[in-house]
Formats: sequence, C-alpha cells, structure tokens
Amino acid sequence: MSKNIVLCGVGGQGTVLASKLISAAALEKGIPVMSAETIGMAQRGGSVFSHLRMGNDAYCPMIAKGSADMIIAFEPGEALRMLPYLKKDGQVVVSSHPVIPVTASLGAKYDYELAISTLRSKVSKLLIIDGNMACNDIGSHKVLNLIMLGASIYSGALGFTEDDFRWQIQKRISPKFHELNFKALEYVRLNPQVIIENK
Amino acid sequence: MHTEFVMGNEAIALGAIAAGVNLVSGYPGTPSTEVLETIAKKRTADIYVEWSINEKAAMEVAAGASYAGARVMVTMKQVGLNVASDPLMCLEYVGIKGGMIILVADDPGPISSQTEQDTRNFAQFSKIPCFDPSSAKEAYDMVEDAFDYSERYKTPVILRSTTRVCHGYASIEIKDENEFTKHTVEGFIKDTSRWVIFPRLSYANHKKIVARNEELSEVFSGYKRNLLNGDKNISKKGIATGGISYTYVMESLASNEEYKNFSVFKVATPYPFPEKLAVGFLTGLDEVLCIEELDPVIEKELVYICGKYNLDVKIRGKLTHDIQVAGENSIDSVSQAIGSFASVNLSNTIEETKSQEVDPSILPVRPPVLCAGCPHRASFYAVKQAMKGQKTIFCGDIGCYTMGNAMPLDMCDTCLCMGAGLGIAQGVGHVEADTKCFAFVGDSTFFASAITGVINAVYNGADMTLVVLDNSTTAMTGHQPHPGTGRTAMGDVVEKISIENVLKGIGLQFVKTVDPLDYQLSVATVKEASELRGVKAIIFKSPCIVLNKPTNKLVIDSKICTGCKKCIRELGCPALIPDINGKVKIDPSLCTGCLLCSQICPFEAMLEGGLD
Repeated sequence: MSKNIVLCGVGGQGTVLASKLISAAALEKGIPVMSAETIGMAQRGGSVFSHLRMGNDAYCPMIAKGSADMIIAFEPGEALRMLPYLKKDGQVVVSSHPVIPVTASLGAKYDYELAISTLRSKVSKLLIIDGNMACNDIGSHKVLNLIMLGASIYSGALGFTEDDFRWQIQKRISPKFHELNFKALEYVRLNPQVIIENK
Repeated sequence: MHTEFVMGNEAIALGAIAAGVNLVSGYPGTPSTEVLETIAKKRTADIYVEWSINEKAAMEVAAGASYAGARVMVTMKQVGLNVASDPLMCLEYVGIKGGMIILVADDPGPISSQTEQDTRNFAQFSKIPCFDPSSAKEAYDMVEDAFDYSERYKTPVILRSTTRVCHGYASIEIKDENEFTKHTVEGFIKDTSRWVIFPRLSYANHKKIVARNEELSEVFSGYKRNLLNGDKNISKKGIATGGISYTYVMESLASNEEYKNFSVFKVATPYPFPEKLAVGFLTGLDEVLCIEELDPVIEKELVYICGKYNLDVKIRGKLTHDIQVAGENSIDSVSQAIGSFASVNLSNTIEETKSQEVDPSILPVRPPVLCAGCPHRASFYAVKQAMKGQKTIFCGDIGCYTMGNAMPLDMCDTCLCMGAGLGIAQGVGHVEADTKCFAFVGDSTFFASAITGVINAVYNGADMTLVVLDNSTTAMTGHQPHPGTGRTAMGDVVEKISIENVLKGIGLQFVKTVDPLDYQLSVATVKEASELRGVKAIIFKSPCIVLNKPTNKLVIDSKICTGCKKCIRELGCPALIPDINGKVKIDPSLCTGCLLCSQICPFEAMLEGGLD
C-alpha cells in the first residue's frame, strides 16, 4: 500500500523543496517515490501543490481524491482547497497564517478564520501551527518549509525522523544555512506555544 | 546502470545523452524547458547545446546538424511547433541523415499555454512518426528507440510528451557513461538531388513517405511499447489509451474487481497507427472506451479501422461525449468514466469524496500575479498614468507580463501569441486613427518574434508605441539566457545584442531606455513618446526581481498611513495588504523594497528598514 501526501500552499512559499526533501528521505530508505508538482505560471503567487506517492503500487505520480494519507498545507485556504484529496481519518498539518491574495486586498472575500473553522469541523486529525510566529522568532520567512516538515514529523503521520531530514539538509543545502534549517526543523517540537490545535 | 529520482523532462534529456546525441537546440516553453536545461547541465563535453532565438531557428539548426550526420534533438512546447512548422513540413519531404527527435510537450488543461492543440495531429499532418510516452521511465527508454527508427527510416520523429509526464518525478534506471552509445558524425556530403527541395523531388518523396508509413504501421504493431492485455473470454469491454492517461486507467482498473479483465490497448505510437495490433484488440470486443487527452486521435483511428474491417464494435470517447472534450484527465475523471462504461455504481465513493468538497465561495481566489517588486508592475503603471483619459489600446504578449491583465493594473487588452501584440497594435491603428496604440513585449520575446513586427510597422508607416519590458532574462519559463543577456545555454560569454541598437538600426527615431522604478521619469517618457507620430520605442530596463532581490524592505508607518489604500487599489502588489486597523501593512516575507509604492503614496507613509 502506498503512502500518499499532498503538499500545498502559495507559489514562493517553498513547498517544492519540502516535497523534494521528503522524496529524498524516502529514497534514502529504499522506498520508491513518484511525485508531481506545479511548474509554470502558477508559481507566481498562485495556488501550488505537490503530490507525492511512496511505495510500490503507484502507477502515476498523481493522487486520486479521497486517497491522501496526509495534507501538509502552508496556508489555511489552500488546505481547504486540497481537502477533497484527504482520505477518511487522514492527517492535516496546516499553518494558520493566511497569505492574502491581491483579489482579496481589492475586495474579494477571503475569510481565513472561516477556512480554519471549516478545517476544524471536517478534519479529525488536525495539527494547526502558527507558522508566522515561528518564522518571526527564527528571524526568517524562508524557513516555513522546514518548520512545516518539523510539524509533520511532530504529528506522527509522516513516518520520518528529524535526523532523516538533517541528513538531507546537509546533503542538499549550502552549509551556511544548515543551522537555520535545523532550528526550523525542530522548532515545533521545542516550542509547543506555536501549536494552536492538535487533535 | 544506477537509479536516479528524476523529472520526466530530465529522463528525456538523460536518455538523449545516453543515446549519443551530438546537438540539441530549442526554445524555452512550459512544460518542455527542463529537457534542454538538463542536457546543458549534464552533457558530456562533445555535446553542443543552444537556446535558439525561436523554435524555427532551433528546428533549422538541428536539421543542418542532422544533414551532416549528427544525432540531434530539438525541444519546444506545443505552440512552439506552430512557429517551427515551416521547416517541419518541408523537412519531412527532404528527410534527414543523423537521427532527429523533435521533442514537443503538449499541455492539456491548458495549464501554462494559449491552446490545447494536440501534437499527435501535427504528426499526422506532417506525416512524421510520433512516440507518446506514458511515464518518465518509458520516456527515457523511448528516446533510444526513437533515434533508431529515425535513422533506419531516414525521417525526423516526434517525441510527444504532456505536462504530467514532463513534470512527474520517478526513480528510474539510468545508464552510466561507459554504457552510452557513441555516435560519430560523418559530415555533410553534397548531393543536390537529396538536400534541395524541388517540386519533382517532393512528388517522388511523397510517394515514398506514404509507402514508408504503411510499412511503419506494420512495424509498430510489433513495437514492444504498444501493449495489449486483458481476457476477452471474461469481458467484451476494452479500453484504448495512451500517454499519462494509460497510468490513470491502470490505477483505476486495479481499484475495482469488476474491471480487471477489461482488455487494454496502450498506444505508444499514435502515428503511424499500429493498425494490425488495433484489429487484434478490437476483434471479439463489443464496446471500447477511448481515454486520451486533447483530441480524439486514438478514437478516430479506431472508428476508421472498425469501418475498414467491418468490425461491429461500439467506440466511445470524446466523440460520443463519454470523455470530457477539453481539459486534462485525472485519476478521478478516468475512474468515473470507466465506472459508467462498466455500469458500476460508484455513488458511494463519489459521495464520500463530495463530503470533503468545500463551498468554492469560501476558497481564496488566487490567480498567478506579477511578483512583489516586479519591474513590469512599475512599467504598466507608468504607461497607465501617462495615458489616463486618452483613447488607448494596450496590446500584450506572451510572458510574465501577460499577468499585467489582472486587476487593478488591467493593462493587457489583447494577447494572442508570441510577438502578435505588435501586429495587432498596427492593425487597430490603421482603422482607428484616434486611438493611441501600444504594444508591450518582453526582451526574450523581442528577439524571438517581435523584430519582424517592428520592421513591418516602420515600413508601413504605422503610428504606435512599442514598450519593451526588459528584465534581462526569460523569466516565465525559469530564467533562460537570450541574445540580450550575453550568455549562452552552455555558459559561454558572448557579445550582448542591444535592443536599443536593433531598434535604431531599423530606423526608429525615438528610442529611450528608462528604469521603470523611477516613476516620474517613466511617466514623462511615455507622455513624450505618445505625442510623437510614427513608430516610437521605450525600453523599460530593470532586472527580474526573482534574480536580483534588493535588501531594503519597506514598512508602513501606521501613524502616517491614512488608510486611503491608493497603493493597493492602483498597484495590486501582493506585499501590500489591508491591516485590521483599516490601514495598509507590508508583508515582510514578500516586500523587496522596489520603492514603487513609496513614490505614489500621497502621505509618504512608507519607510525603509523592514527586516527579513
């Protein structure tokens, strides 16, 4: 049985690197991986997603609706958009901080508190963290992806350890950013005050 | 052999390197771009790679190298093949010597394109054999096959891929360097009866091409990647498919016991169609569902074969509206179509998924936009302000700056295809003399297809303003170099071609280069240009913000900000967001410190010094 993960967010938030790190961690353990991600126009501030499938029985990199074991969402509205992919009793890990689209700044409606309360009512396994508070504390907005990976490990649903990712960070990311990324990776575990909800 | 986790486009590139490709040319375009980029990055020292200025140039460069006996690949997206169609159509009549693969990436959806055209139809039209991989792994293996067929039958071949194959990742077996095929280049041998296209030669070769494709149809019926399976003793239903849809079909069939004995016909060579194999598939079936994206190519072939061989099989698909006629397929759309075809009630599963659907009205509307700090925003805004109150048309073009159409800028009245904005501005101007006509074009698009449009405008006495949005890269497709950047695909440093000099050389009297982030000067320059008659050009030059991020972020002093929201209403920068106190705040994770908003704020509320 393969394990299916959807990562989603807004173009520029770093979902692609997070997806690559999970793939690399799986391949390191000899688990076959297929993945697909948004490339092209939508990367410019649009809704983006990665589908990731680990295991032997996948034919294609795309995930069917109702079959994702886990959704890792960098933005609450995007979590909601991807919800139809979640399997019954699947885990959602989400950052509560909204990215306000230009359409909403100009007057279109985006009630992100309603997005979060809808997630609360529809999802049984839900970890909400304040990713913005974590970024501010760490001092960089570029590490949201590692914070979200750390939160995903913390949820218990991802199936990897922080060490699995520390190793991938060492292999793939420039040494001058190692400490920053390690700090982001373990942030949620060490700072439970950023956890808004964990059920 | 070793295993690598690669994107489909990387697999195609690595397949070409392993097959001994000597020359690769192409023009960037989603979803094809990473093929050439990967070859440029991973090539062995003897492989020549270039970003050509457009697809026609790329096709001709590749054809020349093939004439000399080199193995070549030329890469482009589906609409790029339209640009290259002149050499393509003729090349098939002349033929080639070294193996030639034309890699064309189609974009069902479409996700990043103007059309949902189907290159399999272009293959039929040009009579060029076509391969259609269903996965990254198959794409890797197919490249070697495609080169072999190309050389054996002395014809270019099309390797047609689609977005989900191009951009899907998988772990695949890759050859090591000592296993690579070595292809030596014989050199060009003069023979005017072979290389010079004349009506008499075209007539003779037309007959040969038809005979060859009849032979290839037979040969492809035995090609190992055209697959047939299923058990007709148990089920009289069959599914015909190809490309990524094949994997959706297999995924769906594996999920339900009722379907597992359906016959499946996977078409890896949509042209020439493997007719004999298709007859074997159809014989003994009652009903077939064709599952493919874009045009009903397989479906029409099967309808034709049923007629030709008098087979009583009901063919379903796009023509019968059993499959959606537009947009991309998904596991879900394919599962539903197979469910209806099998008369299986899927309502439980569908209901379960539906319970997780959310009312779309509560989802944020999030179209792609110009990045925070993008210099194009400043250019569009300057033109808009300078021309306020006048009758204008703003003709857009293909690139990041197409997003200038979004509110509140609303600065793209037309967009058709690469370079078309220039011609459209001229056409409107010739019949609507009181309209100030503007054409916007990016720097890469300028070199690809706008220069002829400028010459046409000057020669025919048009009255228009050309605005070149020069961010010194090909931004939308991922920052490829072009003639204005002074770098090549292989990393060589070359003389930059100056857009300003090109325009002056054509004879434009008014050509001014301005930094669009200097708001006052930009507006003044636009006003000056628009008041002159003839063809005028403004080059707004400022580097792409993705590549050159300034460090001085801005903050808004909430004591000064009055909440008038002029910045949000007029600029639409994603870093400017309404604050809960009714004022405006700057998202520090997005602001790049371009300073445009600070130049238009009536109260000077923006201050430098925000932190990362």
